[in-house]
Amino acid sequence: MKIKAQVAMVMNLDKCIGCHTCSVTCKTAWTNREGAEYMWFNNVETKPGIGYPKRWEDQELYKGGWHLRNGKLELKSGSKLSKIALGKIFYNPDMPEIKEFYEPWTYDYEKLTMAPESEHTPVARAKSVISGDYMDLEWGPNWEDQLAGAHITGPKDPNIEKIEEEVKFNFEQAFMMYLPRLCEHCLNPSCVASCPAGAIYKRDEDGIVLVDQEACRGWRYCMTGCPYKKVYFNWKTNKAEKCTFCFPRVEAGLPTVCSETCTGRIRYLGVLLYDADRVLEAASTPDPQDLYQAQCDLFLDPHDPEVIEQALKDGISEDWINAAKNSPVYKLAIEYKLAFPLHPEYRTLPMVWYVPPLSPIMNYFEGKDSIKNPDMIFPAIEEMRIPIQYLANMLTAGDTETVKQGLQRMAMMRSYMRAVSSGKEFDESRLDRVGLTAEQTKQMYRLLAIAKYEDRFVIPTSHKEGTMNVYRSQGSAGYNEQMGTYGESTTQSQFSYSMVGGTDCDGCGPVSPGKSGKEIYEENFYGGIWRD
Amino acid sequence: MSNQFLWVIFPYICMAVFVVGHIFRYRHDKFGWTAKSSEFIEKKQLMIGSLLFHIGIIPVILGHVAGLGIPKEWTRAVGVSDHLYHMGAIWGGGFFGVVTLAGMLILTARRITHRNVRKLSSASDIIVNCLLLFIVFIGCYASLVTNNLNPGFDYRDSISVWFRSLLIFRPEAGYMASVPLTFKLHILAGFLIFAMWPFTRLVHVWSVPLNYVGRSYIVYRRSPVKAGKR
Repeated sequence: MKIKAQVAMVMNLDKCIGCHTCSVTCKTAWTNREGAEYMWFNNVETKPGIGYPKRWEDQELYKGGWHLRNGKLELKSGSKLSKIALGKIFYNPDMPEIKEFYEPWTYDYEKLTMAPESEHTPVARAKSVISGDYMDLEWGPNWEDQLAGAHITGPKDPNIEKIEEEVKFNFEQAFMMYLPRLCEHCLNPSCVASCPAGAIYKRDEDGIVLVDQEACRGWRYCMTGCPYKKVYFNWKTNKAEKCTFCFPRVEAGLPTVCSETCTGRIRYLGVLLYDADRVLEAASTPDPQDLYQAQCDLFLDPHDPEVIEQALKDGISEDWINAAKNSPVYKLAIEYKLAFPLHPEYRTLPMVWYVPPLSPIMNYFEGKDSIKNPDMIFPAIEEMRIPIQYLANMLTAGDTETVKQGLQRMAMMRSYMRAVSSGKEFDESRLDRVGLTAEQTKQMYRLLAIAKYEDRFVIPTSHKEGTMNVYRSQGSAGYNEQMGTYGESTTQSQFSYSMVGGTDCDGCGPVSPGKSGKEIYEENFYGGIWRD
Repeated sequence: MSNQFLWVIFPYICMAVFVVGHIFRYRHDKFGWTAKSSEFIEKKQLMIGSLLFHIGIIPVILGHVAGLGIPKEWTRAVGVSDHLYHMGAIWGGGFFGVVTLAGMLILTARRITHRNVRKLSSASDIIVNCLLLFIVFIGCYASLVTNNLNPGFDYRDSISVWFRSLLIFRPEAGYMASVPLTFKLHILAGFLIFAMWPFTRLVHVWSVPLNYVGRSYIVYRRSPVKAGKR
């Protein structure tokens, strides 16, 4: 047994309101640069829909993730040798083009103020950021917002295609849910495995998956390898970029920007301890529907003295073990079994998990019948507006039973809490039937409904102080704005991403050295508006 | 004098720039070191062009290494007659040369006609593209046309000997005096591209990820001190 720690996330989709605050704050923090405009490290999709890039879930098209070949785990896009031997290195057949995401655009704002007097109001037309030409907008990161166009794209959603009965997209029968997506920081990351240059790596200490910008050679296999299509190609720097799990914040014990700013407070961050020696075995589980359980079995009980002893031996510090004990992610995913991994059948063992949403049914459950006959909860789940099979296709490789049990626990919790707070009788043996105790249900309720900042985000700080001068390394991590092509910027150190305060970094002060505070202020703050 | 410059001084300058340039670039611009693929912008034409070019250029380079590096006496010693070698070089080299040329033409047309690819091309991309096209074209022309027009000319008695004289630092410009013009242009343009090599996208050649095949799939990096170093 070799214990490693992973900072993982759970999102409670039951509370997601699809406001895109996570996407926008992430974008302003990480990807508002030339070459990265089209990248959304975090985006929110309305499901059903084909998403961004189009049909990202169709692995017959993109060949992302892993599959079993003669019982052995292999990249779906082909073995290591095939990439080099078959000339795939010269042309990657499985890679999406930029138009599958969208060509980034801006608007011709000048027209609005500079147009001469005319009969019609001037219009700001869309202009490609790449070519500068006017363009017609055909796709975007959030094209299907609130089911826009879903009568056309919805049936093409791979999760819908796997549902046998016909799902109609009539207004009366329409259903939808939001799916915020970011890098899954997988335990068995296929992007890492796909990178010929060895530039993508998983951090030993917290499991965050990063691209070393200095080692990346732009072979683009990570884009193909990632089944979630969450590694992006910067068309300006010609390197791969991806969600960083806001590692500079996580190292300081702060939540990621998307989690911090989530208005619905749906996100939870915490440490999970897992057995690194059994990752390959778990990912090779023959039946895709067993992958969820196999992944759960990798996670170790942080209260178990044997686990603690081994964790200490493997170099995990006391405060990380304590964080694992209080981890909201452990509670939601392992203890209450409410959260599930996104598409476990990709065999990447993803580490951003989702609590599936309850949805309106609910003829009997919400109505008076449910009070009279509490057992109606069980059939009621089947009658939810979002088909169980749809959720199962996303979260458990199609196994409806597991998702149903999660939803039943949530419904039972609501029922119980309603009884408790309105002073009604509640037969606690009903809790047994979904595997909960009264105490657990109350805790579950607290965590889902009223958890405060420090309950939702239990993140131990990193221990870099032992190896570096953290004070002097301030401002040294991140995607540098100054990344011109060769020769354009020799004065400033080109890039420091992932070199967080290595020895090279000694003495790098704040960003933009040589400028006074006043100069920076005058450059960036004018007319009462911050410019980015 | 001009012979001395063209066939001794210029090649040595180019070789020096090639070596020093690579060291400099690797030390100061790892971030800019990339294959600079434009597949993300345009895929269909790239597939044909890139595959033809790369599949052609690799045997062509190996052919050059053999033709320039191996003296006639050696090939004779292993039983390959001059005629046999010549036929192999002309027809084998010619075939892959034409494949490379076809790829280069498609790639060039794509770079010029596809608007977004053109917009994203730097000056160095355009120059490398044009120069490569010229080198490949004139190389094909020299081996398929000039060779047939001058049956008496044997590059293995002139160019190859001169080239090896450069490598052992006893340059003999005299061997190049009677070489046909097309070969001369091919050689000079070739040295020029070697001089430009470290400052262009061509550096990706040295990053061919051969060690990927033997590597474990998942890569972990441990401490922040180690991060950033490979």
